[in-house]
Amino acid sequence: MTETLRVVQPGILTTIQDAGRPSAVASGVPPGGPMDRFAHAAANLIVGNDRGAATLECTLTGPRLVATRSCVIAITGGDLGPSIPMWTAIQLAAGDEITFAGRRTGARAYIAVGGGVIGDRWLGSTSTNLMCARGGMHGRALVAGDVISTGEWHDPPVAGRTLVEQLRPAYADLSLRVIRGPHFARLTRGSQQELWTAMFTVSPSSNRMGFRLDGATLDAPGDELLSFPLVAGVVQLPSGGQPILLMADHQTAGGYPVVAVVTSASMPIAAQLAPGDELRFEETSIEDALRARAAQRAVLESLTS
Amino acid sequence: MPRPRSTVRPPRVRIHPLGDTAVLAELGSRLDTALNTRAIALAAALKKRRDVRQAVAGHASVTVQFDPDQITHEALAAAIRRLATKRPPMEEPGRLHRIPVVYDGPDLDEVAQRLGLTRQRVVDLHGRPIYRAFLVGFVPGWAYLGPLPDELVLPRRPTPRTRVPAGSVAIAGQQTGIYPLDSPGGWNVIGRTTVKLFLPDSDPPSLFRAGDRVKFFAVDA
Repeated sequence: MTETLRVVQPGILTTIQDAGRPSAVASGVPPGGPMDRFAHAAANLIVGNDRGAATLECTLTGPRLVATRSCVIAITGGDLGPSIPMWTAIQLAAGDEITFAGRRTGARAYIAVGGGVIGDRWLGSTSTNLMCARGGMHGRALVAGDVISTGEWHDPPVAGRTLVEQLRPAYADLSLRVIRGPHFARLTRGSQQELWTAMFTVSPSSNRMGFRLDGATLDAPGDELLSFPLVAGVVQLPSGGQPILLMADHQTAGGYPVVAVVTSASMPIAAQLAPGDELRFEETSIEDALRARAAQRAVLESLTS
Repeated sequence: MPRPRSTVRPPRVRIHPLGDTAVLAELGSRLDTALNTRAIALAAALKKRRDVRQAVAGHASVTVQFDPDQITHEALAAAIRRLATKRPPMEEPGRLHRIPVVYDGPDLDEVAQRLGLTRQRVVDLHGRPIYRAFLVGFVPGWAYLGPLPDELVLPRRPTPRTRVPAGSVAIAGQQTGIYPLDSPGGWNVIGRTTVKLFLPDSDPPSLFRAGDRVKFFAVDA
């Protein structure tokens, strides 16, 4: 474990995230992990880490970091205006600074460091859970003065490794592909129509737990449901009719109708939405969703060679 | 020794896609201990499969996350149906938790009034059954407990509170529960306990596990 980066300015919300703690859901603890799993994995693979190693997830405004020793880093995900090229392994020398000019596209950038970021381990994961104040940097977002330590690194030949633009997710796409949810049929005819045609806006009360969506009020009458375990990507419909898209730190169970579920290949796109951004849902088949998923995985595989 | 034949017919399982890498298997739609026992047994059996990443039981359902590189939706659905027809193994009785409650919740009077009962009658009824923890989830450490005696069944509050303190003991519908953390909530708060439900430094971090049994008893403030 070596001290590698010092935080000069933390940005709005920068947290340590590894692949998450999926088995903790049986105790009601959110699975957590990166909002954009593709960008997180790609950043790690570009610097020669395991794809599940911990990275820094930066939200809207990136941090200002200074290298305290030489290291290799990669920045992926949303374009928050970093001072180095994105999606590329970059060698830093002691004293080099990383800064972010401001959001251009997307909402979340990932900074991977060769050797992987070290954080507090909680329930099998170093992902930061802000609600429980556990994991990562002592359960909280980074603050000025924090020192980021990294694990052992065997100097793999990654200098210049890059993911070319056409293989990166189409973050500017406003359409999220979804599969019909178990309770889609509860929607009234009109609400079914609206789910596919309405332009929704991510509301200000949105965070790593989920996005509230403004734009259309949907109606799914019927008896109350018994609560069941949920997964990220679920679009649930509370009684007010304002849909909520569940994200990485989602509630682990709920009893609202699930009218749609965002496909695994579209979740990285969803993760790059910020309050005020627009989106619409486009129905797809499981077969097409799995093809898109396989294509993304092939891109990640290409980074391991 | 042959087991006695079950008179309960295996439930018809409805399997819905939950995106491209998960399914929701519904065994029924009633709050029912036998259904929940089956759901927990089905989740446990599914978790042993290499193509299943995660299987968690709901009240009468199982949410299954799987690896689509190893199995198709159709093959997984067939496997779930096959496993669901098996009689669940005899369930070990869940651990019994005895929870002391000060019955002075902000909604106790209103609950008594709406149900046409005295406060004392509400307290006595709430403390009478041994409840089952049907599902642990929603927020860390929360368990849906039930079923409540029929006399105590009433809907949630029309407007949820923005903050319900940790330790609040509440009822809604056929269920009761204890808020593990300060959080918003719409259940009718009838009392409070000092028992900690969310144990962040234990593994698992929840006092209750699905299938556990819970008995409340009244204590003075």
